[in-house]
Amino acid sequence: MVKVRIPSPLQKLTDNQVLVTGKGGTIKELIDDLERQFPGIKGRICDEDGHIRRFVNIYINEEDIRFLNGEETAIKSGDEISIIPAIAGGETDV
Amino acid sequence: MITLGFPYFEEVIEHSKREYPNEACGILAGKNGQVKKVYPMTNIEKSPLTYLADPREQFKVIKEMRKLGLELVGIYHSHPESEPYPSKRDLEMAFYPEAIYLIISLKDIKKPKVKAFRIKDSQFEEVKIKVNKEVKNGY
Repeated sequence: MVKVRIPSPLQKLTDNQVLVTGKGGTIKELIDDLERQFPGIKGRICDEDGHIRRFVNIYINEEDIRFLNGEETAIKSGDEISIIPAIAGGETDV
Repeated sequence: MITLGFPYFEEVIEHSKREYPNEACGILAGKNGQVKKVYPMTNIEKSPLTYLADPREQFKVIKEMRKLGLELVGIYHSHPESEPYPSKRDLEMAFYPEAIYLIISLKDIKKPKVKAFRIKDSQFEEVKIKVNKEVKNGY
């Protein structure tokens, strides 16, 4: 089991829980497990192809999974996973 | 409504001017709509048209805020060449509906214009900014 820190925009899907638990051997499996527990959450984290959205950052403990093995990164019991939507925008409409 | 002390308001404007002609961005942390700390962030896109806060920096700031018991009150960014209203991109990328989005227009750099909005489901609504003349009362 791992602990997952849910960002405020997704807490509506987790009954306002900030910290939830999940299971899986990789980040990808963990997201599938979260989807089973909290239907709709996967669509907020992943795109239509099932890949993590560009503007969603996921950390295992202190490490950004982009610098590890992406969604195939292995997780182990006791890890803390943080899901953090980016802060982004700008004046262009392009 | 978002409330911030004048020094915080100034800090946000100064940061925006410092980054000009690129966009500046940052986090306004506090409680109950009142800003108690400003976290200027690095715009890793270093662009006059877009911003993306450095994710690593953001992660550190969020952890510090949690430790200090602060909430995400607002997110600010500058529009170096346009009016202080959310662009289509701002609306699409407003991932924090509970936050107030502060936009600083530097179209006339000598007279920055600041407006605040709540953005939800790509719709925006202007909210009032209350600037207290008091000194900093935060952390």
